[in-house]
Amino acid sequence: MDGRTTPSQTVGPYFSIGFSWLERSDLTEGATGGARVSVRGRVLDGDGQPVPDAVLEIWQADAEGRYAHPEDGDDPAAGQEFFGFGRVSVNEQGEFHFTTIKPGRFVGPNGELQAPHLEVSVFMRGLLRRLVTRIYFPGEPANERDEVLGLVPAERRDTLVAQRSEAEPEMLVWDVHLQGDQETVFFDY
Amino acid sequence: MKPMLGYRRPAPGTQPEYLHPPYVSSLKRAPKQRLILLPDTLSEMTGPSFRKNIVEPKAFDLTRQSRGEPLGERIVVSGRVVDEDGRPVRDSLIEIWQANAAGRYLHKSDQHDAPLDPHFTGVGQTFTDGEGHYRFVTIRPGAYPWRNHHNAWRPQHIHFSLFGPAFATRLVTQMYFPGDPLLEFDPIFNSVPDEAARKRLISKFDWVTTTPEISLGFRFDILLRGRDATPMER
Repeated sequence: MDGRTTPSQTVGPYFSIGFSWLERSDLTEGATGGARVSVRGRVLDGDGQPVPDAVLEIWQADAEGRYAHPEDGDDPAAGQEFFGFGRVSVNEQGEFHFTTIKPGRFVGPNGELQAPHLEVSVFMRGLLRRLVTRIYFPGEPANERDEVLGLVPAERRDTLVAQRSEAEPEMLVWDVHLQGDQETVFFDY
Repeated sequence: MKPMLGYRRPAPGTQPEYLHPPYVSSLKRAPKQRLILLPDTLSEMTGPSFRKNIVEPKAFDLTRQSRGEPLGERIVVSGRVVDEDGRPVRDSLIEIWQANAAGRYLHKSDQHDAPLDPHFTGVGQTFTDGEGHYRFVTIRPGAYPWRNHHNAWRPQHIHFSLFGPAFATRLVTQMYFPGDPLLEFDPIFNSVPDEAARKRLISKFDWVTTTPEISLGFRFDILLRGRDATPMER
């Protein structure tokens, strides 16, 4: 082995047979606090057409801004607690939906608290590597000073911030635009 | 607070670009805007650590998921998952999925005119052990046609999904077989610019796991991202 990361390859068109056993659209299990939020949205391709074969993975901290991970001082063997992982597939119309709690804040590399956010991986046929993006929360003053949002050109930041649904007060809406005028900000990792 | 080590970025050419025109599906799905370089924060340096009991003990053996035996050539696929510094990736979830021996997936969208096998789902999971080793027993998948270009056929492959210790180390890839004549023509395999990196997607025939009278063995070692040398303050 030459000491370099194995190349990524696409999940292809049939990944759902391998992924569906771990589908998890309710992340609230084990949460001891935090505001419950639902997020829905669509995945759209370069023609603005819905993508019927995508899957999103979510990773997030609990309401106190702690991750269920040894890196954050956690012992995963400790028992039932908020886990923070979700896996949600889109339907034939490219729509997805999940329910979770709003994560708390924690310190970023620059020593400032990061704004509450969810980490998102996007997989589908046509993507040779996963896409990485984030979902931030609307009306959050901390967004103004978030280190990662600050790296994004101002005119594109809105693509990372979910919007409140006017019809459903507890619902946030966040779409993934793979291309086009509203292309979602994706991160290089 | 203790300093944290971020994850090393991939060496140039060892990962595919999102836009790879010979792979037609990438045209409408690859992002066109500049990607924003993401610093590793706690969000990227943590990740789900699944408990081993979420996986059925027999889920590593795709030949014993049914009362009958699947058709095809039985194989053992095994290897070791390590990071770029050779450290084992311990107790980590691996998911695989694949076509059956006739080149057909158990998926409603797969319309290839080849038989399904009532005794084969093509789906398995396991965890690496304390040294990063894993092992699956399965059936050698068939090649199958796709519509990327005229007379397009995917080489035989098994899809692998790995989590590793962090969000940053998540990897989905495909394992190929040595000597497959279709590799040369496959736009997905050839999307990896660096030849040495590309060849590491090809498993090796392995006498060590080849069992007399039972099955051939193939070895597929996987490297996940390693950690930076310099700690960052948090």
